[in-house]
Amino acid sequence: MIRPKRVLVACGTAVATSTVVANALEEEMKARGIKIDIRQCKATEIPSLIADADLVVSTTPVPPNLSKPAIVTLAFLTGLGKAEVIEKIAAILRA
Amino acid sequence: MMSTSLFGRYLDPRAICPRVTASDSAEVITLLAERLRMIGSVKESYARAVIDREATMPTGLPLADDVAVAVPHTDPEHVVTPALAMATLATPVAFKSMEDPDRDLAVTVVFALALRDKNEQIEMLQTIAATLQDAPIMRRIAEAATVAEILAALETKKT
Repeated sequence: MIRPKRVLVACGTAVATSTVVANALEEEMKARGIKIDIRQCKATEIPSLIADADLVVSTTPVPPNLSKPAIVTLAFLTGLGKAEVIEKIAAILRA
Repeated sequence: MMSTSLFGRYLDPRAICPRVTASDSAEVITLLAERLRMIGSVKESYARAVIDREATMPTGLPLADDVAVAVPHTDPEHVVTPALAMATLATPVAFKSMEDPDRDLAVTVVFALALRDKNEQIEMLQTIAATLQDAPIMRRIAEAATVAEILAALETKKT
């Protein structure tokens, strides 16, 4: 069995927007048959958690020079460009 | 999945402020924080905490049709009971973009969130996100002149 890909979902306080993103992302990846394991965090916590992650999805700017791919997007909140960003995330997680 | 009853449960009409005239984001946040305080939802520290957070981690969101909103909020320690406060602005007020804190957005609708527990309030958050993604409803909210018109616009949200 393939281990689920680990996704760090970050926002400013890890309480509001990252929760919306995490739920939407889980639903969309499930629909595409991609198993993911989500961890919510504050953007400032990304560097200390990134070693175990495959991808970072954040609604707020992320620290520079991360060792894993990071996507900063508001699409899961605003709907703008959502289809494109979902495909981009799916492509990274399938790789 | 998305029903207006979720707004109903968290959105007290006394915390809805139509056609607010404000010179900056701090003034809007202060007003909404006062309303949340009046209904017993937040502590006195909430307003300052939200304004400070907005300065470093802003909450402006650009939507379709050149509409922009802001969803100011802060840590649960400043909140007593979860609730939502709303303002529509008579003239747009600048909030910085969540995605790009150097970018000013001309915001016309503000949802101030008073959150206690992200798992308990997830439905409220999802209802807000679904509303933001519904351009006709956002247009009606932005144009609403009264509390009744704002509530009516929210009630048109499809299930």
